[in-house]
Amino acid sequence: MSEFLLVAALCVLGTVALGLVAILRGPTPADRLSAAQLLGTGGVAALLLLGVATDTAGVTDLALVLALLAAFAAVAFVTQRTPADVVAEPASPPAQEPE
Amino acid sequence: MTLALNVFTIVAVVLGLVFFLAGTVGLLRFPDTLTRLHALTKADNLGLGLVVLGLLPQVAWPFGGLKLIALWLLALLAGATVGPLLGHAVWTHARGREPPP
Repeated sequence: MSEFLLVAALCVLGTVALGLVAILRGPTPADRLSAAQLLGTGGVAALLLLGVATDTAGVTDLALVLALLAAFAAVAFVTQRTPADVVAEPASPPAQEPE
Repeated sequence: MTLALNVFTIVAVVLGLVFFLAGTVGLLRFPDTLTRLHALTKADNLGLGLVVLGLLPQVAWPFGGLKLIALWLLALLAGATVGPLLGHAVWTHARGREPPP
């Protein structure tokens, strides 16, 4: 059973690696952030699978922290950037107006 | 009995993986931002949900299981807040309306 869970964790990491391509390719910052959100959740799933497969205790807590931080990253992104930046093609580095 | 639980775990985790893969492929293939956002939140919630569901019989009940369920609820809440938040930002810009302060 634990071998199956390890293989499953590997598959999840494979899809997360595929998601990295989406980050490179995504034209707008919003695409990059949505890909990062998927990577966060993929990381959580892989952590859980590894934690249960190897019976290490603290891994679920680690996955909890990762899930929390992934959510905060997205919220920080949206609140700090004006919508024009969210969808704009990043021709020049986006101007960071103070809120 | 444990065989049945193991089979349930295998089936649920494999389904979770399928949803993760579908979401990632959706993220790569879909034409514009909002559809990508749709694809990823589906994969994100369902993939993780099924993986957690599959892992439940494997962990020591009650604390391990409750912690996994708490994690799943947190991921659902996170997805529920981030998706519309991002979608709103993209949508209001695309429609040219200024978002309410």
